[in-house]
Amino acid sequence: MTTLSPVGVVAGPIVVAALLLVCGRWLPRPVVDGVAILTTAAVGVSGAFLTPGAVTAGGWPAGVGIPLVVDGASRVLVTLVGTLATVALLFSWRYFSDVEAHFQGLVLLFVAGLGGFALSGDLFDMLVFFELMGACGFALAAYKIEEARSLQGGLTFGIVNSLGAYLTLCGIGLLYARTGTLGLAPLGAAHLPADTATVAAFVLVSTGWLVKAAVVPFHFWLADAHAVAPTPVCVLFSGVMAPLGVYGLARVHAVVFGALDVTVALTVLGLVTAVLGAVMCVLQRNVKRLLAYSTIAHIGTFVVAVAVSSPEASAGWLTDVVGHAGVKGALFLLVGVLLARHGSVDEIELGGSCRRSRGIAALMALGGLALAGLPPFGSALGKGLIEQAVPVPVAVVLTLVAVLTGAAVLRVALRLVGIGPLPADRADDVRTTGEGEERETRRLERLPVTMLAGPVLLLGGSLAVGLLTPGVLGAAGTALVDGAGYRDLVLGGVPPTTPPAEVAWSASGLVVGTAAAVVAVLLALGAVYAGRLPTVLRRRVPRQNRAVLGLERLHSGHVGDYVAWVFVGITALGALVLLG
Amino acid sequence: MTTLLTVVAFGTAFWLVVVGAYGILRSDDLVHAVVSLSVAQSGTYILLLAVGYQRDATIPILGAGGAGSTPIVDPVVQAMTLTDVVVSATVTALLLALTVQIAKRHGTVDPDALRELRG
Repeated sequence: MTTLSPVGVVAGPIVVAALLLVCGRWLPRPVVDGVAILTTAAVGVSGAFLTPGAVTAGGWPAGVGIPLVVDGASRVLVTLVGTLATVALLFSWRYFSDVEAHFQGLVLLFVAGLGGFALSGDLFDMLVFFELMGACGFALAAYKIEEARSLQGGLTFGIVNSLGAYLTLCGIGLLYARTGTLGLAPLGAAHLPADTATVAAFVLVSTGWLVKAAVVPFHFWLADAHAVAPTPVCVLFSGVMAPLGVYGLARVHAVVFGALDVTVALTVLGLVTAVLGAVMCVLQRNVKRLLAYSTIAHIGTFVVAVAVSSPEASAGWLTDVVGHAGVKGALFLLVGVLLARHGSVDEIELGGSCRRSRGIAALMALGGLALAGLPPFGSALGKGLIEQAVPVPVAVVLTLVAVLTGAAVLRVALRLVGIGPLPADRADDVRTTGEGEERETRRLERLPVTMLAGPVLLLGGSLAVGLLTPGVLGAAGTALVDGAGYRDLVLGGVPPTTPPAEVAWSASGLVVGTAAAVVAVLLALGAVYAGRLPTVLRRRVPRQNRAVLGLERLHSGHVGDYVAWVFVGITALGALVLLG
Repeated sequence: MTTLLTVVAFGTAFWLVVVGAYGILRSDDLVHAVVSLSVAQSGTYILLLAVGYQRDATIPILGAGGAGSTPIVDPVVQAMTLTDVVVSATVTALLLALTVQIAKRHGTVDPDALRELRG
């Protein structure tokens, strides 16, 4: 196999999806599932075999035609998309009892959008794939159309993301007016100066990617959409869709806006995102929402790494994306298992429900530890690399953020096996509970093996990334920050010669990671037993302080508020880029 | 060269995007919110077409003279606008379908009354 065209990675799933949607009603369910799984698996495998280079549509010469570009970073992301989609579809083999190939079709189209976004070398094409994954995403989030919540989450997702996409289109229009080209590489070759017009274009183009990445204050839709989407879909949403937003930001900045210094702006946005995500994560009792906010916290970490824009930081966050996708995917699937067995995703309702099936709680605890940064998980490897690349105070905040998100998951795992007293089930008026979530299956007494295999495979994958420390991730990191190398690859067909960043464990990374995991366990135990603390100590821990309550009220679920926040975010980003 | 027409076109584009977003912000009906989204998107059409506009140029269909014989407006932005229209149709249809379903399940289409998700 010498050349494998990236066109197949995008077109393949679309063709299969169309066939399945037409023929699905006559085909037996296992055939539909089998074909869909084979297709996504092929996408994942082909990601590894794609040869670096650019393929332009219609045989136009480089610089004129619209290219699909394979480089280190897009290969890794395509592999990740294919792998996660395969696991998600395997999980849903027995999950949805009455689907009519719509679900598989939507997932395949979604995969085409995700893969296309990662491969596209043209700004407008990126937007088109962004819209494709968006439209499929809205439909998948609102897949349970009989459920009131799910509809609200899907609609909010749709409106906020579409508005973000239109603002990106305005930015693309401004760039085109100035340069007369839409390709990333030719735009980079135009060497835009660092003036106000360039800043305006950068801010507008970034808006869509930031909304997709759920960077504060563009993040509001994410928790609503993740809380209501079917759990296998959450795996794709959290694992690749949100990180692809960060990828778009990193790619467009490195290739097109290299003249702009956005270090301060992105570090500030990233830190605020990380801290807010971690705080909101700890407050949740709906486990899916808890995991969604945890994703926002980790996205914040990725954005801080993008701000540094060194090959090492870049390799670090891409490693973290892969490691995090495995862990977060496994956790979402475990919540799916709990929903199938107990009909709830509420932490308090589920308390003690896993006394007899400790395996599920143990896997969840393992996921929590991996999120906190326990070596040798891939997430810990990536986090270690990021923390070495950023200033020390920033690294401390990022470590604490990881500890908090890990501790929140560990708290759920402890309560699942009935450790510690359960808080009184008070009526919540500011918070979404996990009650009344519609089952996605018939009640399952015995778990089918495909449902347990998913979380185990994903956790294993994250572990494998940490143990093997694959060099492709280093090459991916270097490729993503090397704007000039990208231009040479696309316009001249010259593969980059810069040596890949090293992806390896460091002593400090191992020590900090292990310590973080220990602290997370202690925090989780503290949270679970908070009710039994002596009164003196308990007073020190305010249960509901005003700031926290205010923070929760901000997440109002109202689409108008979310749109207002998008504009606040645009203004803030613009001001930060201009002043920073 | 900044002509009055350019200023008016870019001003209109900006106005439509902002007024569309404001419409979503102040909306008390989801159908109104979805239509406001379309209004915001119309701003992007105007922006793109204004970018490709050339004075005294004709439609981008090349006659017998071939390329270069007459000045034409930029066809790329027109293709982008058409793509955008297709996307808009899909998204608007999907969002309106969700709104219909919300009206059935929540019994209301007022975003202020949707209180299921928060915190």
